[in-house]
Amino acid sequence: MNEKTMKASRKWQTIFFILLIIGMTLASSAITGFNIIHGIATLPKAGAWILSNLMITQESLERLPTILEKLLETILMSIAATTTGTAVAFFLSLMGSKTTGTKKVFGVFARFVASASRNIPVVAWALILLLSFGQNSVTGYLALFVGSVGFLTRAFIESIDEASQSAVEALRATGATYFQIVFKAVVPQCMPQMISWILFMIETNIRNATLVGILTGTGIGYTFDLYYKTLNYNAVALVTFSIIIAVIVIELMSNYIRKVII
Amino acid sequence: MSLLQIKDLGKSYNSDAKVLQGLNFEVESGEFLSIIGPSGAGKSTLLRCINRMVEIDEGKVVFDGQEVGKLNKKELRKVRTNIGMIFQHYNLVPRLSVIENVLHGRFGYKTTIQGVLGRFTEAEKEHAFFLLKKLGIEEHAYKRCDQLSGGQQQRVGIARSLIQEPKIVLCDEPIASLDPNASKVIMDHLKSITQELGITCIVNLHQVEIAKSYSDRIIGLNKGGIVFDGPSYRLHRNHTDQIYGTQTQATPEIRELIMV
Repeated sequence: MNEKTMKASRKWQTIFFILLIIGMTLASSAITGFNIIHGIATLPKAGAWILSNLMITQESLERLPTILEKLLETILMSIAATTTGTAVAFFLSLMGSKTTGTKKVFGVFARFVASASRNIPVVAWALILLLSFGQNSVTGYLALFVGSVGFLTRAFIESIDEASQSAVEALRATGATYFQIVFKAVVPQCMPQMISWILFMIETNIRNATLVGILTGTGIGYTFDLYYKTLNYNAVALVTFSIIIAVIVIELMSNYIRKVII
Repeated sequence: MSLLQIKDLGKSYNSDAKVLQGLNFEVESGEFLSIIGPSGAGKSTLLRCINRMVEIDEGKVVFDGQEVGKLNKKELRKVRTNIGMIFQHYNLVPRLSVIENVLHGRFGYKTTIQGVLGRFTEAEKEHAFFLLKKLGIEEHAYKRCDQLSGGQQQRVGIARSLIQEPKIVLCDEPIASLDPNASKVIMDHLKSITQELGITCIVNLHQVEIAKSYSDRIIGLNKGGIVFDGPSYRLHRNHTDQIYGTQTQATPEIRELIMV
């Protein structure tokens, strides 16, 4: 095949793929009955609706104390789920890591728990737990807790594996016990990464808590749902705005903490 | 009875390649013994068989009247408290302070809870400072270990092994990543450990000249077997040629590289 035919065949390949993508888009929108042009055409109207309805008004500001109370509840619940999740994840990651793992069975168990709780979305956990625990804050807490355990175990295993083995070897040679080695050689080395992951988890949990709250009827998510269903859009806007502010503040705080400890 | 007896010691990491084979020697207490040999001769493995950081496959290691290979976990920990270890890369916890790293040497004498909470007695702390002073790094006691130079870190490593009050100190290439000046400081300290405290030292080295000038006795290792065992003044060029597998007619440059 000479250069010219190769160029030509490449050109045909590109054209073929572009046509394929256009064809797939058209086919899928035809099947689902979704009209792109109509969707784009309604954008300005949707924008106008948001601007006119989702405005924070004087009247909605009166609801601020209740909203803030609920927001605080949500933040505290996220932190509680993260800290308790951290404790469980810490021991699971000790089992799962190659550096600190003692038996293979434990390692497999830890990795299984981690991936099972991580790969089922938090929303799915909330719905599953809803059946057994009902609509209360325990359900919301447990859903966030399970998700945190899964994610943090995975992150901690990687932090521990990355930490240098050499200090572990040295402490083993002095006759130190397992937990002495863990707390005096492994933890000091992993501390910055671990705290970083915990802060990240708190941020994520606050975001997730809103969604979980809508399902389990707790915290700021419930407030959002309530105003939304009673068509009080101004209050909905205020809730949304306060969530955004809270998440940004938490993020700034954790960035600051990260800078200080590392 | 000698402090350490090694009988028919053999070790293989995977079934076909033997790292150590049929080693026999005894070490008296207060001896300064160097083990020399090319990379891959099994020097590090030999040291780690003594405190069973690697499992012993064949033969036995008898330390202080106890067969190391037959001990259970608890007994092994107890024996390890009597065996100090010094590493090529110092193996300190970099984010902790010097004094904390030195006190890590006491863990073998503590319960898990005491160790985890870092409960050390006044006497132990005083001992730690005494050792740091002796090694000339007292002023760095509260610095983080990763702020120290290589030579200083190795001295922290020595302090950590001495605070164990060991009967023997195993040194795995203690000066391999240090410059000549720092190397001399470290070797002088190791020598004084045996002379002043009567603690046995086994040092893995690949600098033949240093081994000859510091040690009472040298063991030459090649391909997992002993090819020389005797007082250091008896080690001659034909022995080093045998240890390092070089021919007598090898070019002088190669010999120089090995002898430095």
